[in-house]
Amino acid sequence: MPDDGAPGAGGIGAAVRRKEDFRFLTGQGHYTDDINRPGQAHAYLLRSPHAHATLGAIDSSKALAAPGVIAIFTGADLAASGVGGLPCGWLITDKHGKPMVEPPHPVLAQGKVRHVGDPVAIIIAETRDEAKDAAELIEVAYGVLPAAVEATDAIKPGAAQLFDEAPANTCYEWEIGDKAAVDAAFAKAKLVAKLDLINNRLVANPMEPRAAIGEYDSGSGDYTLYTTSQNPHVIRLLMGAFVLHLPEHKLRVVAPDVGGGFGSKIYHYAEEAIVTWASAKVKRPVKWTSDRSEAFISDAQGRDHASHAELAMDENGKFLGLRVDTVANMGAYLSTFAPAIPTILYATLLAGTYTTPAIHAQVRAVFTNTVPVDAYRGAGRPEATYLLERLVDVAARVAKLDPAEIRRRNFIPTDAYPYQTPVALQYDSGDYFKTLEMALKTADRDGFEARRAEAATRGKLRGMGIATYIEACGIAPSAVAGALGARAGLYETAEVRVHPTGSVTLFTGTHSHGQGHETTMAQLVASGLGVSVDSVEVVHGDTSKIPFGMGTYGSRSLAVGGSAVMKAIDKVVAKGRKIAAHLLEAAEADIEFADGTFRVSGTDRTKSFAEIAFTAYVPHNYPIETLEPGLDETAFYDPKNFTYPSGAHVAEIEIDRETGVVEIVKFTAADDFGRIVNPMIVEGQVHGGLAQGIGQALYESAVYDKDGQLLTGSFMDYCMPRAANLPMFDVATNVTLCTHNPLGVKGCGEAGAIGAPAAIMNAVADALSPLGDIRVDMPATAAKLWQIIHSHTPAEAAE
Amino acid sequence: MYEFNYQAPASLADATKAIAAAEDGKLLAGGMTLVPTLKQRLARPSDLIDLGKIADLKTIKVDAGTVTIGAMATHASVGADAGVKKAIPGLAWLAGNIGDPAVRHRGTLGGSISNNDPAADYPAALLALGATITTTKRQLSAADFFVGMFETALELDEIVTAVSFPIPEKSAYQKFRNPASRYAVVGVFVAKTAAGVRVAVTGAGPSVFRVPEFEAALDKSFTASALDGLTIDAGDLNADIHASAEYRAHLVTVFAKRAVAEIS
Repeated sequence: MPDDGAPGAGGIGAAVRRKEDFRFLTGQGHYTDDINRPGQAHAYLLRSPHAHATLGAIDSSKALAAPGVIAIFTGADLAASGVGGLPCGWLITDKHGKPMVEPPHPVLAQGKVRHVGDPVAIIIAETRDEAKDAAELIEVAYGVLPAAVEATDAIKPGAAQLFDEAPANTCYEWEIGDKAAVDAAFAKAKLVAKLDLINNRLVANPMEPRAAIGEYDSGSGDYTLYTTSQNPHVIRLLMGAFVLHLPEHKLRVVAPDVGGGFGSKIYHYAEEAIVTWASAKVKRPVKWTSDRSEAFISDAQGRDHASHAELAMDENGKFLGLRVDTVANMGAYLSTFAPAIPTILYATLLAGTYTTPAIHAQVRAVFTNTVPVDAYRGAGRPEATYLLERLVDVAARVAKLDPAEIRRRNFIPTDAYPYQTPVALQYDSGDYFKTLEMALKTADRDGFEARRAEAATRGKLRGMGIATYIEACGIAPSAVAGALGARAGLYETAEVRVHPTGSVTLFTGTHSHGQGHETTMAQLVASGLGVSVDSVEVVHGDTSKIPFGMGTYGSRSLAVGGSAVMKAIDKVVAKGRKIAAHLLEAAEADIEFADGTFRVSGTDRTKSFAEIAFTAYVPHNYPIETLEPGLDETAFYDPKNFTYPSGAHVAEIEIDRETGVVEIVKFTAADDFGRIVNPMIVEGQVHGGLAQGIGQALYESAVYDKDGQLLTGSFMDYCMPRAANLPMFDVATNVTLCTHNPLGVKGCGEAGAIGAPAAIMNAVADALSPLGDIRVDMPATAAKLWQIIHSHTPAEAAE
Repeated sequence: MYEFNYQAPASLADATKAIAAAEDGKLLAGGMTLVPTLKQRLARPSDLIDLGKIADLKTIKVDAGTVTIGAMATHASVGADAGVKKAIPGLAWLAGNIGDPAVRHRGTLGGSISNNDPAADYPAALLALGATITTTKRQLSAADFFVGMFETALELDEIVTAVSFPIPEKSAYQKFRNPASRYAVVGVFVAKTAAGVRVAVTGAGPSVFRVPEFEAALDKSFTASALDGLTIDAGDLNADIHASAEYRAHLVTVFAKRAVAEIS
């Protein structure tokens, strides 16, 4: 999409080309691994090869004598030094009012190892290869134990126990909603739909692996951590306060260019703490970079739910009550936000786009001998949408209703906002009828049955699937989050620093790791101050430069960060009007500001923004008695509510009966993200989310064997979606503004990953429907589908 | 990687001496399998003997009746060669669809067959076409060359120098790619020769094999439908998290039919 050339273009709504792309596309991005500090040493982590074992003596004597080795540290060394464990940032209270079981999460394993990849020792040497060579000389006394791998197995009697303090490997049993109301609804229901399903575990695999460099200045006592993080202030807070006990003014965290995160780079990881701590011990900067194999066993993984759900309806397919029972895998230790994902970010979305009046969900979070699980693009909302939209399709079959019709019968009416759901959240605005209609029209649903018949003549099973989703993002109102267990605030910060000659630097507490904030945030400032996009620089990712912000995840940057920007802009304009009033000798109330110009209302007496900026810093003709010089304003914005993007996704697929391969012949997305700031970037976000949602539905799955070994430990076995696997997407947006933030934005970063899995799997179920009502779990691989088709086709099955 | 001695001999004689003298040496051709193996520290050769500097191992020749390809010819060069495309289209297509462009511009015929990965594409072509492998010591038929999973008849200091392919009447190769690795789960090469039809299968079993039952049916009638209802025994086939033995057996028929349909 070309940009407008028109002056003033580049503001909100313009498809401005991304400013950051020049350096990314010409190899001049500045990523953590590109940084080399003078005198740096290299770290390599020795990791457990066993999923579950006692950790006995660690003999590093041969390794310490190896060439180039500087130091080796283990969990015992960290404990002796007073280093704390990795904290969990969200406390879930169980259904009995007790806090969740929160076992220690040591930086380096102590006493036991609990997953393949659990770090046991750090080896620091002159080169990475020397550290790796030395690691092979370390002898560790492991006492191998049986492993508990599947969450549904880990809760059974006799399963291996990870923590003495967590009987049945259970972290918490939590519930939400009104069980009595739901039971009553089922008692009077005419129709009931039931579904068992799995939300498959995923590996995030951002293109850039994690890296961290710790550095200590012994002269000043200052620590610096360079890290691939989505939220450097959060890392500074967690690591400083809980792990290394460093005051924040002595700790700087820098996240330079970050090449993708999708949630996996939110968390405070052991490697960050250990390189920071070790740099002071060895008195040299310490650099660690993950390789891909290591990322597979150390980056937090995503999803991994097993659920049973039931929907009660009246004879017309109107939803009366929903009950959901979910077992959620936490992995071996609690990652930073893990407990909140299958509770606050999941169960509160189970009303979906519907008026279901009674809902009850129970969630059991379970420890297993697998890599820790935490948020991954969508974080709980894909899990909710997947369950609900699959169940609604089952309900349509039970009620003998068209899947689009049953949805319309249950959609929240457009005049019902603000709409209070039975699961805590209050939706502000939306029009699910409109996006469904848009999607079905573009997808040519009317012509589908004819296409299905034609496909059958070619030996293909064709199916169409719908998913209407809603999500909560723009995370989050701090008081609400705190009441729900968050151990942090979730506001955002922006500092708009106008320079004397009128250019602007925007400091934002969000952190772009692919979202294009250097462009969209500049568009906000350009639009608000009437300056060009090129004259605005966006600075993020460095705690020494930016006031405290919470980073980027949960589709929050525009809704929360952008709102902070607008508030800071308002303060700049307000001050500008005072300066203009003085220069123009008019009353402040008579000064208007539009298109970069301050004007005395109803006259042609004006001052440009640039003139005002210069005056602020050269205050010769200035109201100095009542106004400070300068033009530099900071705002903190705490959102009043979550935001609620929604939409309809329609997938049309063909399954080749001979091979089971799924071809997506068409994918249509009609989304409502509130106000669109940069339509090109939004389209890119949707494409990316769809690729990951389709990846989950058809290709990706993290598979562990019964001993907790990750069988899909590389791209040879973990199947990433390729461009050739994807169709050209048909995407469109409808706008219903968010009612509670200055921009009316809702956020768009995760929507594709939220709607696509259900749309695809509903299409698969539809394609298989001539063979029967068959359970298919994600990923719907060719091998899996062929086996299903083969065993359901009498002639073939008889062979 | 672990440390190793790197040698780049200028002649086959020097290469033979070097590999024989090495404590635990490996020959390096394109490196598309060996280098990743080394990077993951799954192998620790004392010496790498790079064949890349030896002249005259890359030529591709088409004579009356035979296509001869040098052991160090890259997959890309074979796939793009006008002579190969004309004489044995199935072979050109096979080579041009190994891996991805980066792999094709480094990987070699000699390296591929010497490794005999069960999912490599080339073995199916050599066995179906009845190729002859020339080494520094002798000539071998394809049937004698491919012994088992990752195992060939090559002696420790024996180096493949060229492969000669008799030109068939018709040829086609079709495969089903593992969606993750993109290797062949099943690859079927069908060659219609004057002496009869030959069908060779890679990916499905521990090593490449022919399917006499398919060949007999196709000798009677060279049409895809001649294979209706015929399946190979799943018993000895590979099975992993991506594909069961039963699925592979089924795919062998499917892709044999597709290869025949392409050229019948």
